[in-house]
Amino acid sequence: MSAPSSSPAAFGGAPATAPLAALRPRSHARRKAVDGLVKASAWVAASFGIAVMLLIVYEVVRRGAAAIDWGFFTQAPPVVGEQGGGLGNAIVGTLVITTVAALIALPMGFFGGVWLAEFGRNGRLATLVRMVANVNMGIPSIVVGVFVFAVLVRPLQHYSGMAGSVALAFIMLPVMACTTEDILNLVPNELRESALAMGVPRWRVTMGVIIRAARSGLITGAVLATVRVAGETAPLLFTALSSPYWLNGLFGSEGFFGGPTANLTKSIYDFSGMPYERMQELAWGGALVIIVAVLGLNIVMRLIFQRGKEW
Amino acid sequence: MVGTIVRDTSDSRQDVLVAPPTEVAAARSTGDEDFSALESIISARHLDFFYGKEQALFDNSLEIKKNRVTAVIGPSGCGKSTHIRTYNRIFELYRDHKASGEVLFGGRNVLAPGTDLLDLRRRIGMIFQKPSPFPMTVFDNVAYGLRQHYKLGRSELSDRVEDALRRSALWDEVKHKLGEPGIALSGGQQQRLCIARCIATEPDVVLMDEPASAIDPVATSKIEELMESLKANYTIVIVTHNMQQAARVSDYTAFFYEGHIVEFGPTTQIFSNPQQKQTEDYITGRFS
Repeated sequence: MSAPSSSPAAFGGAPATAPLAALRPRSHARRKAVDGLVKASAWVAASFGIAVMLLIVYEVVRRGAAAIDWGFFTQAPPVVGEQGGGLGNAIVGTLVITTVAALIALPMGFFGGVWLAEFGRNGRLATLVRMVANVNMGIPSIVVGVFVFAVLVRPLQHYSGMAGSVALAFIMLPVMACTTEDILNLVPNELRESALAMGVPRWRVTMGVIIRAARSGLITGAVLATVRVAGETAPLLFTALSSPYWLNGLFGSEGFFGGPTANLTKSIYDFSGMPYERMQELAWGGALVIIVAVLGLNIVMRLIFQRGKEW
Repeated sequence: MVGTIVRDTSDSRQDVLVAPPTEVAAARSTGDEDFSALESIISARHLDFFYGKEQALFDNSLEIKKNRVTAVIGPSGCGKSTHIRTYNRIFELYRDHKASGEVLFGGRNVLAPGTDLLDLRRRIGMIFQKPSPFPMTVFDNVAYGLRQHYKLGRSELSDRVEDALRRSALWDEVKHKLGEPGIALSGGQQQRLCIARCIATEPDVVLMDEPASAIDPVATSKIEELMESLKANYTIVIVTHNMQQAARVSDYTAFFYEGHIVEFGPTTQIFSNPQQKQTEDYITGRFS
């Protein structure tokens, strides 16, 4: 206590403790070394992740590009062992299955998320719903497939695209709900207070002001949730199955989606295991189409989201 | 009730000068009107407030006089904002915020269950610290409350929007930008836009929660001028950290400390001749 201050409660003034200059600071060399080590590890880890992704993209493009021609998008696969054909039926099937899944899950997930963020908040029910959503997100997608097989495929006695859509919707629902909640939570409470202070009911504040403020984020979230399930295979194994034929109307003779429905991921899975070069080539082509679509949409959406801070 | 209030412009309470703000405060003279003869538009009676288990307001009683500007001052965390946020029950956005006691407005306790919150908030508007334009055009921002509470024709709506913008001293700056998003305006303009949005529905009372603390001095002086002109038609309650501002714009001042209302009186008196030692310490900057 070399310099006791005159009044201990005084603001500012000389410190009551010994001058820091009398102490020896920690070794700079050591701190710099640790800093370098941490930085290097981060770089290595990040580079490794990016390298793996680039390798996958590179390999898929290298092998798949040969399969991509006009016929790839307009034709169904050839008879096994033959040349030609394409994955047009699977592309259409994936588009339809995914779209129907989105139509089921996005509105439900959206309103669920709105409820969590705006109305349920920290209530007991909301906490429960949030927990269930998180658990659902952690369920392996194959389990979802088997579940839908048990409740939809078996009772109806046939595989169907609709069952595939339901399985994908199951996976999308909690993702959309949690994304919606997270994005609405980003909207500052000042905006809610200002709108409520106008004498406007809560639901109108939510719909007219809060959701509008968060709209670009919500759209991005919805697209990303959809894109995410578009690449799922496991849930379709027991539901949509696959088919060498074109989709025969949404409500075909065998009910929704007219039975087993061609789709890209299952086709990749099937064809890649076949001992025929053309089939393997088609599988690579299908992989390329999915990767380009998913990656492309992701990038486009992130670009939009980055400049979409509207509140 | 109100009767005729003769407002003396000369100042008779200049004798005790404690703080620099009194130079400005001295120009006003609400100290001479008969406080008890003025009509109270809001009366807080024995108001307590809790954030969860933590009590933030203790037995607050305050009379807000009609067509007067009442300033609420005090150090950070003393409950100023908390107090006025009970008047329109906006605190209810948060689950664990609870108020007890009475806030009388129009002869009824607004804290009582069964209060029509939409009607209450139509009649008691609020301006917040951070300008918060809604994610829509300038025009739609101002029209928001009007559309909510009234069914108006297109031309009447735009007349009222223009009028509210004029009264908020913003019309000349935004008349060619009505279709642009509200957030495209500058910070000070955004705050005046919020004021326009608030007064468009002609509330009886305007609560201002540090309306000028997030904007620059020029915009601040515009908003202060605005308050002076709004006073004729509205009752204003303003929470402010800025004592000069309180002295400049208000007729009455309440000094809050640790959730208690330490002193309440005419602004000139609070700043020139405070009755409580805590008030004097605060306004002279000797506060610890």
